[in-house]
Amino acid sequence: MTSVTDYAASDAMASATSGQLATFRLDGDLYGVEVEHVQEVLRSQQLTRVPLAPSAVAGLINLRGQVVTAIELRERLGRPARPEGTDAVVIVVRLDGEAVSLLVDSIADVVDVDAADFEAPPDTLEGQSRDLIRGAYKLDGQLLLALDVHKAVSA
Amino acid sequence: MDGLDDIVEEFLVESHENLDQLDSDLVALEQEPNSRERLSSIFRTIHTIKGTSGFLAFNRLEEVTHVGENMLSRLRDGELALTPHRTNVLLQMVDTVRALLTSIEANGGEGTVDVSAAVAAVTAAMEDSPAAAPEPVAVPAAAEAPAKAPAKAAVAKAPAKAAVAKAPAKAPAKAPAKRASRAKSVAVPAPAPVPADEFIEDVTPAVPDILSEEPSAAVEAPATGEQPEVDAPAAEGAGGQPRRAVADSTIRVDVDLLDELMLLVGELVLTRNQIVQNVARQTDTDLIRASQRLNLIASELQEGVMKTRMQPIDHIWSKLPRVVRDLGQQLKKTIRLDMEGRETELDKTLLEAVKDPLTHLVRNSVDHGIEAPDARKKAGKPAEGVLTLRARHESGQVVVEVADDGAGIDPAKLGAKAVERGLITPDALARMSPTDVLQLIFLPGFSTAAAVTNVSGRGVGMDVVKTNIESIGGTIEVESDPGIGTVCRLRIPLTLAIVPALTVECASDRYAIPQISLQELVSLDAEKAANAVEEVGGAQVYRLRGELLPLVRLTDVLGLTSERHDGHVVIAVLRSEGRRFGLVVDRVINTEEIVVKAVGGQLKQIGLYSGATVLGDGTVALILDVQALARRALRTETAERQESRASVSSAAAAETERQRMLLASIGGGRRVAIPLDTVTRLEQVRTDAVEKVGNREVVQYRGAILPIVRLDRHLGAYGETDREVLEVIVYADHGRSVAIVVEEILDIVDGEAAVRSDIDDLGLLGSAVLGDRVTELLDVRAAILAADPAFYSAPAANASTPSGVHGSYLEV
Repeated sequence: MTSVTDYAASDAMASATSGQLATFRLDGDLYGVEVEHVQEVLRSQQLTRVPLAPSAVAGLINLRGQVVTAIELRERLGRPARPEGTDAVVIVVRLDGEAVSLLVDSIADVVDVDAADFEAPPDTLEGQSRDLIRGAYKLDGQLLLALDVHKAVSA
Repeated sequence: MDGLDDIVEEFLVESHENLDQLDSDLVALEQEPNSRERLSSIFRTIHTIKGTSGFLAFNRLEEVTHVGENMLSRLRDGELALTPHRTNVLLQMVDTVRALLTSIEANGGEGTVDVSAAVAAVTAAMEDSPAAAPEPVAVPAAAEAPAKAPAKAAVAKAPAKAAVAKAPAKAPAKAPAKRASRAKSVAVPAPAPVPADEFIEDVTPAVPDILSEEPSAAVEAPATGEQPEVDAPAAEGAGGQPRRAVADSTIRVDVDLLDELMLLVGELVLTRNQIVQNVARQTDTDLIRASQRLNLIASELQEGVMKTRMQPIDHIWSKLPRVVRDLGQQLKKTIRLDMEGRETELDKTLLEAVKDPLTHLVRNSVDHGIEAPDARKKAGKPAEGVLTLRARHESGQVVVEVADDGAGIDPAKLGAKAVERGLITPDALARMSPTDVLQLIFLPGFSTAAAVTNVSGRGVGMDVVKTNIESIGGTIEVESDPGIGTVCRLRIPLTLAIVPALTVECASDRYAIPQISLQELVSLDAEKAANAVEEVGGAQVYRLRGELLPLVRLTDVLGLTSERHDGHVVIAVLRSEGRRFGLVVDRVINTEEIVVKAVGGQLKQIGLYSGATVLGDGTVALILDVQALARRALRTETAERQESRASVSSAAAAETERQRMLLASIGGGRRVAIPLDTVTRLEQVRTDAVEKVGNREVVQYRGAILPIVRLDRHLGAYGETDREVLEVIVYADHGRSVAIVVEEILDIVDGEAAVRSDIDDLGLLGSAVLGDRVTELLDVRAAILAADPAFYSAPAANASTPSGVHGSYLEV
C-alpha cells in the first residue's frame, strides 16, 4: 500500500507544473490536457469501428488522409456512454510523433494553471479514472482534472 | 561503343561522382592540410577506383591510381606532409584518371591516354622530403614542360604547354617564389598566349637550382590533363551524334526522397479515386474529361515513381552462384544453379527484405535438398544437382521459386517428426493433406538441427524465413515430391505502399483484402447456396470444383452479425500458407488500389488487421490480415471438426473408389445419377427431329440411326412432353449408340458421399444421397436395353474390348 501512495505522491509532485491546459468537458466535469500535446480539435467525424478492439477504441477516423485511432474518453474513464443524439468533439493529440484522437463532450477554453493550485487526485476518485488523472487544479468555482494523456491513449 | 558492360557503366557513374567529390576534397584539403578525415575519404575513393579498375583490367587506370593511393596512404599516415605541389600532382592524377574514364566511356577502352607522366609526377612528389622548399615546386615543374614538349611531340599538347608556361612567365615578374597555387590563379587570366621559349629565359634564372632538383616528374601532367579534350571530340565524331555521357544520364537520389514521393503519389491516387468517384455522378463533360485525364496521369505518375524504386531481382541473385558454389564444394556436391527471369523487377525495399530469406532457402536446398552425388546416382539421377531460381510477375505479384531436384520431403516422416516434437497431435496430423503436412516445416520449433537431420533434411530457420516474408505482405509455401525435388514458392507484392485490394462489406462495414491472397470469388444465390454449402460436422464447407473448401464467416470471426438475410452467399476464396479457405462476406464492393496506413499499437495487438486505408469516398477501411485470419479461424474450425470427423472416419475408410456421377432430373422432382464413365456425349436434339421406327423413337445422328429411350417414361416419371429441345445423353460402344433423354442435365458430382440404400425400383440400382438430395442410381444397362435390345449382343466389327466407354469423348 505504501508503494502505491509513494508513487502517487511522486507522480503528483512531478505533474504539478504550471502552464497551459486545453480544457474540455466530459460528463459534467472539466478536464485538461497540456496544450503542447494538442494538434487540433475537430467536430464529430465519421468513425470506422474496429471489431475486437478494446472497448475504449471508438474507431478510426480519416484525418486528411491519415488514419487516426479514436479513443472514447467516457469509456476510458468509466463514465456512462454519451447520450444518444449528442455528437462527440474530437481532440487530436500528438504523442511521440503519432496522432491519436480523444472523443469528448465539448471543448472549453485554454486555461493558465499554477502549480500552486495543484493537488493529487482526491481520494474519492476510484478505479480506472484514478490512473488516468494526474491531479486537480483548483480553479475558481470548479476543479480542473489534469488528464494523463499518455495513459489515456494506451487503451 | 554502346556495348558497354553494365558493370563498366556502373563503375563509370560511380567514379565520375567520386572524382567530383575528390576535386573539392583536394582543394579543401589544401585549406586544412591536416584533416585526416578528408585524406581518408580521398584515399578511399582512389582505392575503390583502383580496386575496380584492376578487376575490370584497366591496367593504366590501375597503375595511376595505385601510385596515387600510395602517396595518399603516406599522407594519411603522416609520413608525408601535404604541400601545394603534392596537391597539384594529386590533382593531376585525378585529371589523368578522369581522362582515362572519358576514354573508357567513349571507346570502351583506355585509348591512347598516357599515364606515365602522372605516375612519374606522383612518384617524384612522394620522394622529395617534406622539408624541401615546398613553395616554388610547381614553378619549375611547369617551367620544364616546354622543354620536354618537343620530345613528346604531341600536337594536342601544344596549347596545354602554352597555358602552363604562362604561369612561370608571370611568376618571376611579380614574385619569383610565389606559391604554386597563386601562380596558377594568375596564369588563368593571362592574356594573349606568348611563345613559351621566350619565358623560359625569364624563368630559368629566377629559379635555377630547383629545376635540377625536380626531375622529369610533374612535367607531363598538364598535358595529360588536356588530352581528354582532344580525345573526346574525336570519339564523338566517330560515334556520329554525341551520346549522353553515362554519368550525365543518371543521378543518385536519396531513397528517403523516393519514399516521400511514393507516399505523396499514394495520396494523389487516393484523391484521384475520390474525384473519379464523385465525377461519375456529374454530367459536366468538361469535368468528366478532366477527371479522366487526371485518372490517367495519376496512374502513369504512380507507375513512374514505382519504377524509380524498381530493381531487377538479379541484384540479389548475383550473389547466389558464389554461395551455391562454396557451399557445394564444402559439402562435396556438384550443383548447377539455373536462373530464370533474372530481369524481373521489384521494389528496392522488398528486394532488400527478401534477400536473406532467399539466401536461406538456397542454402537450405544445397545443404539438405540436393543429395550427395553417390546418393543421386543410386536414385538414378545425374550426379550434378540442379538448383533453379525462377522469378516472374504473376497477377500483380512477384513469384520467386527456389526449386531443387533433390530428395524431396517425405510428408510421413515430417509429420511424424512434428508429432514427436509435440507441435501437432497425431489426430490432427491424420486429417491433414500431404500438402498441409509439408507446411509444418514453417512452424517455429521445427527449426532445429536435429529435426533437419532426422527428417529428410529441411527446416532450419524456416519459421524465420516465413516471418520475414510475411512481414512484407508476402506468402510462402512449399511443394515437394519425394525423390523428385522440392519447390519453395514466395509470393511477394510488387510494392508495399500501394496494394491492389478487394473491398468487401461485412455487417455494413467495409474491409479490404489484399489481392495477393485472393484466388477467386464465388457467388451463390439463395437457392444454390442452400444446396452447395454443406456442413461437415458443424463446420461449413463448399465444394469448389470437387474440392472441399472450408468456409469462414467474417462476421463470426469479427463477432458481428451479418446483415445479409436473403440467403445469398458470397465467398472470397483465399490462400494462406498453401491452404485455401473461403471467407464468407456480405457482399463484394470492388477492387481498388489502396494505400496502406499503419494502425496504432492498440489495433496491431488484435492481430487481425495488417493496417487501414482510406477508401475512395473518404471512409476508413481496415485491411484484413489474411494469414492471421486463417490461423485464427481454421484452427478453431479443425478443432471443432475433430470429433465429428473421427466418428465418420471408420465409415470413410470403407469408401473405396470415388465415382463421378452425372446428375440429371427426369421430371416430377426426381433426380437420377448416371455413372459418368457410361456417358459418351451430351447433346441436344430437336423434338421434331425424332422419328419413329415401329413403336420405338429414333433420331438421325451423325449419319446413323440413334434409338432413344425417354428416361421419364422408362422410370415411370412424368416430365413435360411438349419440349422443343430434348436433352440427350449419348452412350456409344462398339459402334452402336443409344440416346437417353432426360429433362435437364444438372451437374457432375463425386459420388463419394454415398449414403446408399437398396431402396430401388424398376430400372434403378438403388438410391444415394448426393448433394443433400436423394438421388436414384440408374441401371444403365437396363435403360440401354430398353432402347436397343440388341445393344450388347450385336457383334461389332471392330470390337476389341468387351465393354467400357471412352470417357475422353465426353463433350459437355
